[in-house]
Amino acid sequence: MGGDFWCVFWWQGLNESLPSTEAVMFLKFSLRSVFYGAGGGNDIQWCFSQVKGAVDDDVAEADIISTVEFNHSGELLATGDKGGRVVIFQQEQENKTQSHSRGEYNVYSTFQSHEPEFDYLKSLEIEEKINKIRWLPQKNAAQFLLSTNDKTIKLWKISERDKRPEGYNLKEEDGRYRDPTTVTTLRVPVFRPMDLMVEASPRRIFANAHTYHINSISINSDYETYLSADDLRINLWHLEITDRSFNIVDIKPANMEELTEVITAAEFHPNSCSTFVYSSSKGTIRLCDMRASALCDRHSKLFEEPEDPSNRSFFSEIISSISDVKFSHSGRYMMTRDYLSVKIWDLNMENRPVETYQVHEYLRSKLCSLYENDCIFDKFECCWNGSDSIVMTGSYNNFFRMFDRSSKRDVTLEASRENNKPRTVLKPRKVCASGKRKKDEISVDSLDFNKKILHTAWHPKENIIAVATTNNLYIFQDKMN
Amino acid sequence: MGEEEGLHQTQFLDTMFVRGLKRKCFDGEEDIEGTLAGIKAIPSYNLQRQSLLDMSLVKLQLCHMLVEPNLCRSVLIANTVRQIQEEMTQDGTWQMINTQSTGQASLDRLVSTDILCRSSRDQAEGKHVPAYGTFNKDFESDQAQDSSETMSTAPSVQAPRNLQSNVWEMENPQENKGNFQKSLDQIFETLENKSPNSVEDLFSEVDNSYYDLDTMLTGMMSNTKMGHCDSLETFSSPSNTASNSNCKSDLNDLDHIVEILVES
Repeated sequence: MGGDFWCVFWWQGLNESLPSTEAVMFLKFSLRSVFYGAGGGNDIQWCFSQVKGAVDDDVAEADIISTVEFNHSGELLATGDKGGRVVIFQQEQENKTQSHSRGEYNVYSTFQSHEPEFDYLKSLEIEEKINKIRWLPQKNAAQFLLSTNDKTIKLWKISERDKRPEGYNLKEEDGRYRDPTTVTTLRVPVFRPMDLMVEASPRRIFANAHTYHINSISINSDYETYLSADDLRINLWHLEITDRSFNIVDIKPANMEELTEVITAAEFHPNSCSTFVYSSSKGTIRLCDMRASALCDRHSKLFEEPEDPSNRSFFSEIISSISDVKFSHSGRYMMTRDYLSVKIWDLNMENRPVETYQVHEYLRSKLCSLYENDCIFDKFECCWNGSDSIVMTGSYNNFFRMFDRSSKRDVTLEASRENNKPRTVLKPRKVCASGKRKKDEISVDSLDFNKKILHTAWHPKENIIAVATTNNLYIFQDKMN
Repeated sequence: MGEEEGLHQTQFLDTMFVRGLKRKCFDGEEDIEGTLAGIKAIPSYNLQRQSLLDMSLVKLQLCHMLVEPNLCRSVLIANTVRQIQEEMTQDGTWQMINTQSTGQASLDRLVSTDILCRSSRDQAEGKHVPAYGTFNKDFESDQAQDSSETMSTAPSVQAPRNLQSNVWEMENPQENKGNFQKSLDQIFETLENKSPNSVEDLFSEVDNSYYDLDTMLTGMMSNTKMGHCDSLETFSSPSNTASNSNCKSDLNDLDHIVEILVES
């Protein structure tokens, strides 16, 4: 708040000829942000941009979005769904005339990545649901991504075709072969433009390496290898080699009856190609160095926060289970998401996080109900913005939360079809935990626990976010003045 | 289970679980007296700890037939159950506060939870697991000591039937369908042929560890051991299933399973 006022005076001092009305408007803007409590990053005002997906409330199971990921440039946005499909959106090139908004995302490619399978040995179905998508950095004209279901990882190549050769000697235009005896002259085929066609083809299939369900894939900073993690094991792959993978972590006990902890997420360090972390269902994060030994059963660092004895309950372990772990872009920090909070860890400090943000503390008194209806097992993801200054995660009732690390302000926003007009500024929401409910607040008991935002993604460079509700993808951007 | 009903029910529990403070032994005793006295606004800690235990066990038992159950969820629920067991062991409160009328129903619950609790606790302590007959006796003596116990002691001959039906319910979700046919044959065989001489004889050959939580978990995750099918051979059931609704539902389950087997 003080900062805003300071800016006004500075501006006036510098520019004597500044019209007084403009100065007043600037002042008004600051006051408005004070009263509305706009947080989340130096008063970013988030506006609705687009929504993708079916309008009707009847959600087809196959359309449920299960993962969202921007590519490294932010130009492409990929979603995976429960039906095994991948849909890629591409951002339009910025229109010079439309300076007040960034390019829209339109469908670029859709393909069926995974099909349902049946494991005959165990008489069990293998779901085709896409658990994760990770983009490779672009090296040539084509784009590459890894997509995985519970058991199999696939490397997809997405390439454009906008020209085709015409004028073959031995083939007609429709493909039929010409009778060689009718060929009297020779010509060189030429490339002629055609309508843009985007093709997706599977280049590698990495299968049969996981007994349990794959929950994470992460591409190494060497861009040659990647890891895949299931409940009990982590494997290291080379992108070129599909028939072999190295097991680097194995926490399966000799006697399965002694199993009390599983792996919930894993990620490579963004800069150090021998370092990775994995989180567990007991709320611990282990950092491992692959140079130490072939099998990284001994962690280099163990990150764990001691339990708060005053908050102890039968649900303490369940809510401490980490559902997502993400390194910051800088590589200095990592963020973990457990059921009620987001924690930021400094890699140099193992005994406690440096920052903790409560996502929906009002749910703490409802844990038994949430255990009963299984919501307590929901796995929320989290993400960093491009500059690592803001973190975002989802909640229930189609709410999502942003935490500004520097200003310590937070904001709750809602992804709903009510704010459908482009450039409508999202109004911050508030949940009333108990007692008197103020106007515009929502009470905890009226939250819709079926409307959960588990997957969110932030553009690597700009303030554009993609938020997935059950079967819709919302794209929001900051208000450009 | 109905989400709405569940939520209404558990809102009661939520009020007690707000802080989830661990209660000491003396608090537990007070609670027993409190619930006996009559209707209380907030359920006793013991009562809703038991309720939580029941809920957890039901959750573990209800598994999708076609898709592998979520291992993380199963492990977390199993850990919660173990936690409750440990606390109940420390409190010494093995007795169930039974507010329902039917002794048989309460015994069902007793069997389904206690056998599991007892076996895995003993395993944790490294003790030799006693035969079921011995366990039953222990329970009776505990009951005699605690004057506030309201649960009626059902005749022990009913217990084996319930145990079998409960074990079957547990075994159901975890077994591979490929193994179902064999175990079904075994069960039908034993139903025809054998008959118990006494409770002790019935269970003397049984390795109780098969019924405990950990094995249940194991079965869900990996290929089933053929071993536990052998344990079912020692079971038998007196022929009158009419009085035991559990057996009836089990037979329905069996039909359902046979249907699936035939289809696949």
